[in-house]
Amino acid sequence: MSEDTAHGSKPGSEVATVDEERYPVPDPGLEPHLPRLTDVDERAADRATRQVATFFGLVPVLAIGFAVVYFAVPGDSYLDFGPLRANTRNLLLGLTFGLALLFLGVGAVHWARKLMDDHEMIDYRHGAASNDDDKNYMLTELDKVVDESKITRRKIIGRTLLAALATILLPMLVGLADLGPWPTKKKRAETIERTIWAPGVRVVNDVTFLPIKPESIEIGQLINSEPANLQELEGSEYQIEKAKAAVIVVRMDPNDITIPPTREGWNIGGILCYSKICTHVGCPISLWEQQTHHLLCPCHQSTFDLADAGKVVFGPANRPLPQLPIALDSEGYIVAQRDFLVPPGPSFFERDSRYDTTVTM
Amino acid sequence: MAQPAETVPDETAVSAETPKKELGPVFKLASGPTKWLDDRTGLAGLGRPFLRKVFPDHWSFLLGEIALYSFVVLILSGIFLTLWFKPSMSEVEYQGSYELLRGLHMSDAYASTLNLSFDIRGGLLLRQMHHWAAAVFIAAMLTHSLRIFFTGAFRKPREINWLIGVAMLGLGLVEGFAGYSLPDDLLSGTGLRFVDGLIRAIPLVGTWVEFFAFGGEFPGELIIPRLYMLHILLIPALLLGLIAAHLALVVYHKHTQYPGAGRTAGNVVGYPVFPVYAAKAGGFFLIVFGVLTLMGATMQINPVWVFGPYNPAEITAGSQPDWYMGFVEGAIRIMPNWEWHIGSTTWSWNVFLPGIGVMTLFFAVMAIYPFVEAWVTGDKSEHHVLDRPRNNPTRTAFGVAAMTGYAMLWIGGGNDLVATQFHVSLNSVTYFLRVAVFVAPVLAFLITKRICIGLQRSDADRMLHGAESGIIDRAPSGKYSERHRPISRFEAFKLTQHEDLPALLPLTEVDGMSEKEIKGEQRRRKATRFYFIDTLRRPTRAEIEEAAHHHMHAMAIEGDGEHHAIEPEPEEEHHLAR
Repeated sequence: MSEDTAHGSKPGSEVATVDEERYPVPDPGLEPHLPRLTDVDERAADRATRQVATFFGLVPVLAIGFAVVYFAVPGDSYLDFGPLRANTRNLLLGLTFGLALLFLGVGAVHWARKLMDDHEMIDYRHGAASNDDDKNYMLTELDKVVDESKITRRKIIGRTLLAALATILLPMLVGLADLGPWPTKKKRAETIERTIWAPGVRVVNDVTFLPIKPESIEIGQLINSEPANLQELEGSEYQIEKAKAAVIVVRMDPNDITIPPTREGWNIGGILCYSKICTHVGCPISLWEQQTHHLLCPCHQSTFDLADAGKVVFGPANRPLPQLPIALDSEGYIVAQRDFLVPPGPSFFERDSRYDTTVTM
Repeated sequence: MAQPAETVPDETAVSAETPKKELGPVFKLASGPTKWLDDRTGLAGLGRPFLRKVFPDHWSFLLGEIALYSFVVLILSGIFLTLWFKPSMSEVEYQGSYELLRGLHMSDAYASTLNLSFDIRGGLLLRQMHHWAAAVFIAAMLTHSLRIFFTGAFRKPREINWLIGVAMLGLGLVEGFAGYSLPDDLLSGTGLRFVDGLIRAIPLVGTWVEFFAFGGEFPGELIIPRLYMLHILLIPALLLGLIAAHLALVVYHKHTQYPGAGRTAGNVVGYPVFPVYAAKAGGFFLIVFGVLTLMGATMQINPVWVFGPYNPAEITAGSQPDWYMGFVEGAIRIMPNWEWHIGSTTWSWNVFLPGIGVMTLFFAVMAIYPFVEAWVTGDKSEHHVLDRPRNNPTRTAFGVAAMTGYAMLWIGGGNDLVATQFHVSLNSVTYFLRVAVFVAPVLAFLITKRICIGLQRSDADRMLHGAESGIIDRAPSGKYSERHRPISRFEAFKLTQHEDLPALLPLTEVDGMSEKEIKGEQRRRKATRFYFIDTLRRPTRAEIEEAAHHHMHAMAIEGDGEHHAIEPEPEEEHHLAR
């Protein structure tokens, strides 16, 4: 097998050596090559040839089939397979193209496995390291390079160069400072620490945007709600405010509820309003267990007790759901008394979370 | 290629000398253009090392190929999708052909995804192929890395390639997540909401990172264009560069090979790139491409029109990320609700530790493992013959322990589905996993190590006593015994070629070493004892000879003609004939 080394050798590098002594059983060398059925039986080889040719021969048929499907099959036709339903065009496009690719691949692999020469060949390895000659050349020449650059004699060039290279990155970084507004104390107070809830803003159903009267809510009922002034917003502003202001209005039997003394007057006869945004990572919480008064977040299963000031009873959330103080307006609709007293939604570093359970107005 | 089981006694294959041939018609046709090219590029010289380069054959080497090929499919299908997808969060009214959503306000990103799915012929197919290819890409990278780990292919000189692989896996996760977020449907928006909560939770700088990433408050109108840039430009470019480096190193090092007769640290045995691997690997690319296409045709994935446009006040139960983020999701779900409120600050450990902490730990442990093992063994030599996993029980046990921990987190990512499908309490599943994520890996470690040592014993048994033949002899005395057949010299070599790595006793002679050196060396020796003290020592030459002698003796008494545990060396030497 000497001819096999010709293409792999690098001038000067040592062929890796093998310590034969460390083997308890001497290396007997490669196992003898055994012919395949297709090597010894011409009929088997012919059969394999036909198989490969059939795989390849089907490809043009399928490729043309793809084009026919593309132009001929309408997009609104569906095929039913018992409980499964498939768009005819999508299915046929995928089947023709997918099978064409598959047959081309299978044909090629079959050809290689059955018909191509299957004698194993040997390449010899060389150490990954470069040879001593190369190393010495590099060392001596690099030494000359340094000399020729005069950098060793004129050190000031090297020092200023380093400083220049380090500071040239500065403009590139500074250029990114406008990626977003800076969350300074003032900015936070205008953004993540406030919502569009304000005194007198009506609590409205989040689908119909109709205001809600207490008498229309039954005990045990929960209504997904929004502030009425959300409708005035559009586009990203709408999404940003909705992501903070979404609430749930829930009515429970007043005898079942524990109202902390600091939150007397925040509810209307057993009707309470909480932020719908989970204090864990901000998913909207919406799985309501009517009998236990628990509200469960479908993302990470944090569970809050709405009958006990929104406290966490299970899961990875730490802080209770912020409660929105509500009242009735002159027409008898539910309105907010003011904005949340603590920022709703997930925690952030500068958030003052000392008073979440004890907030007073 | 697998060796046929039975020996064919007489060589029937003809190996006649090929006569000098006339060049074929294709060669004649191509000679003009290739000469033109060669005159300018030295094509023949460039191609010479590669034309017949040898690669070894094994099914497990295909895992990395699947990763590579699904990446190519991702690029091809991704280019198609970019022709119609609009990465914009501006609000539009949907007027496409999907009637259930017509008239609804949504982002342009979501509307164009619907357009791709319903109005562009083949759009849905390509969308589903793209998503499936992403899931397969990361699965293939992960299983490929397991193959590398369990066979010790990360050892010198391949540590850099291991690190490149770890980087590609990390980039793959980010790339997949960015793509998952682009359609701006309810599920992908929920994913972004989660990421917003995750980066907010970074101590000290979280709010700044949030505002810089989203261009202000969540969700804003910049995150999808930004993720789009990451998804189709920055990360694919990085991945392409790393793939090029990864493959270049594979070519330079030459591929590792599994142990076997004639396969040594000094050679590589296999088939040449042309014609065998051109057909096999090229064909395999087409097979991967074809299977992904069939998956896109027949298996629905991410039906965004069912979820509806993103609405920050809505969510679906059973919301889940793609499978590869499941371990992070699980960590987040089973984490206790630890949060510090110090002064006017909030330290959200309940989100930061399982989210960013677990991901960092995962990649850091992967990245440093090769160097830890190299430090323990003190081995500075190159390794090109793979380990059989049993022959390094502690490494294998570490790998299975890591997989077990990953699996516990992954189950945690679907704790709600486990609860509903198996009718168990969600709370119990969560509490169980909080313990299991620490205990299960330890159990897996101990069990795996024992299994490996058991397999080593069975190897040693074959070496010293031969293979069980299934033939029971009855001696005149009435004693039953099973006849053992000798194993082949090839198998005997394979079972014993590995290195026995020593468990070292503490140093006693410490002359000329500094305090620090002694401490380091004692610690290393302690680690070698942890690693190798239980490992079965392979039989030595003397033991094998002794066993053969004993065997012969026993057989002589039993009147059996076979004298050896290993078949004797035949008259003629190596079977390297072609």
